Amino acid sequence: MDRTADSTPVLGPERVARREQIFADLLGPLESVGRRWVLAATVSAAFVAWAAFAWAWQLLHGIGVAGIRRPVFWGFYIVNFVFWIGISHAGTLISAILRLTGATWRKPVTRAAEAITVFALMIGAMFPIIHLGQAWKFYWLIPYPNERLIWPNFRSPLLWDVTAIFTYLSASFLYLYLPLIPDLALLAGRSHGLRRRLYCLLSLGWRGSSREWHALEHAMKLMAAVILAVAVSVHTVVSWDFAMAITPTWHSTIFGPYFVAGAIFSGIAALVIVMAALRRFLGFHNYLLPVHFDNLGKLLLLMSLVWTYFTVAEYLTIWYGKQPAEYVILQERVYGSYAPYFWAMVALNFVLPFLLLGIRRWRTIGSVTLCGFTVLAGMWIERYLIVVSTLSRPRLASAWGSYSPSWVEISITAGTFAGIVLLYLVFSKLFPVIAVWEYEDVSGRPL
Amino acid sequence: MEERRTRTPRWAMAIDLDRCTGCEACVVACHAENNLPLSTPEEAAKGRAVHWIRVDRYWEGEFPDIRLKYMPVLCQHCEHAPCEPVCPVYATYHTADGLNAQVYNRCIGTRYCANNCPYSVRFFNFFEPVWPAPLSLGLNPDVAIRPGGVMEKCTFCVQRIKRARREASLEGRPLRDGDVQPACAQSCPAEAIVFGDLADPDSEVSRRAGSARSTRLLEDLGTEPKVFYLSRLSSR
Repeated sequence: MDRTADSTPVLGPERVARREQIFADLLGPLESVGRRWVLAATVSAAFVAWAAFAWAWQLLHGIGVAGIRRPVFWGFYIVNFVFWIGISHAGTLISAILRLTGATWRKPVTRAAEAITVFALMIGAMFPIIHLGQAWKFYWLIPYPNERLIWPNFRSPLLWDVTAIFTYLSASFLYLYLPLIPDLALLAGRSHGLRRRLYCLLSLGWRGSSREWHALEHAMKLMAAVILAVAVSVHTVVSWDFAMAITPTWHSTIFGPYFVAGAIFSGIAALVIVMAALRRFLGFHNYLLPVHFDNLGKLLLLMSLVWTYFTVAEYLTIWYGKQPAEYVILQERVYGSYAPYFWAMVALNFVLPFLLLGIRRWRTIGSVTLCGFTVLAGMWIERYLIVVSTLSRPRLASAWGSYSPSWVEISITAGTFAGIVLLYLVFSKLFPVIAVWEYEDVSGRPL
Repeated sequence: MEERRTRTPRWAMAIDLDRCTGCEACVVACHAENNLPLSTPEEAAKGRAVHWIRVDRYWEGEFPDIRLKYMPVLCQHCEHAPCEPVCPVYATYHTADGLNAQVYNRCIGTRYCANNCPYSVRFFNFFEPVWPAPLSLGLNPDVAIRPGGVMEKCTFCVQRIKRARREASLEGRPLRDGDVQPACAQSCPAEAIVFGDLADPDSEVSRRAGSARSTRLLEDLGTEPKVFYLSRLSSR
């Protein structure tokens, strides 16, 4: 918030021109819909519609149309749940860290990141419901006085999950919304008709007085601090869904920090991809600069190393201890039927990022974006290994089994990836993806 | 006598592995008694068949000196059941007489309990159960039909426990050892399975549980199972 950095008392002609340029650059995408946008929106909407059909099919015929079976009672849905909650750390956590540490290069990155958080959470929070045997009873997990005269069981990590995710969703929504307000007021002054009414309503009567700015800055600082604590706790709670169980290899004290690190890791990867897309398709070449990709690339490399450290710590202790119930799962992962997944994970999460981001000459916008994709794939596989390979090897060997997803699970999974694209497409046409006020004083005051 | 009437029982089972021949009569009896859902060959191949009691086989030794050990495995009705705290809706809980109960009407199908059961004795209804005629006429009216999307597992034949208690109270007498017989125990031709009250020191199950041969499955997890296995001594 370095609006005071430049204290020229009157707007010179140069300044006015710069202002108009910024408005045109950042607000331009809101004013027209191109052919590429329509094509992308249609394709992703088709995927989402197909996923909705698949879910309706599952509700109608029973959860058995999914591939889950005994002993792998949790499959794609829980993998996706952990994956999307992980992605949600893109935003809020990263932008909060950058905001609190006063990293000035964050300006064009924060809103894009915060939007990912809200969308990824909306998608992630659907999966525990899709996964239920009787999905229409999901509200039984919510504590409210009811005709069943029974409260939910607060000893269950699943209830901690519900609590944590609702908290995170509402907090990150606020965190996205607060810094939007000045831009919404700006848009209200520049649009007509229905849009104008929408922006007027959403800008809550913002006038841009110094009192309002002061209050907003306070609120954002406070939210940044709150959201850090909430984000760390949310993914810790997600990890406890596993770690609180006595299932071999899940019951691990390292899971809390391991999952938080993995979440931030995949979050940055998602952010890099979104930024590359915005730069490419919305023409933000003058805003999303190589330095942003370079900095996020370094951050991605750091998280890759942290994640690798946790993974080594986890696998080494299991391998060294050789407790049969745990060791058999490690064997399955490293040399057994899950070995292709395991080694793909190592390559995608460690080897490729280490080389492409570690060697300065190779750390370009293209390679950082590529690493975004490899890390997303690698982290999805990591969750698949944790959920599925563990469950396929329960303690009593007579119950050992395997799992493969059905078309329903694959369709719904594909639909959620299309879903976040669709949400982002709509978002980019309704709101400026880069905060305008962080570049220019939108209140009309001379800077 | 008066003291016995008011005492809360602790239901338990003892299975003599020396007697078990692996005939699986217990499995069949359980299916008939408890209205277990039918499966198709395709579904069973996927691992979706429901058997509240199963007979695990353990091969020991090297050829030609091989021994085969049978072990019937059912819900162990643990005192510290790992399945209980993880259920968010109290669908699985502990009754006063030590049963690990499953309330089908509360279950919403998170399947967390099944993941946290070290014995893999919990089963899920992936679809609504169907019994084609005339099998539908053979259903046991004392046992609830489970809808699709909920978990189920061995109940220690709670319907038989309730009936025995009702009959005893009608006759104005306390429950006697042997009054309650789950379907598996009743049908075991080798009489390997004994069911009874662990709180009664004179019951057959207490006597067997106290035997030097008595062990419990995965006892080191601290789940305090209430199924006691009398380990096998005979050499062949």
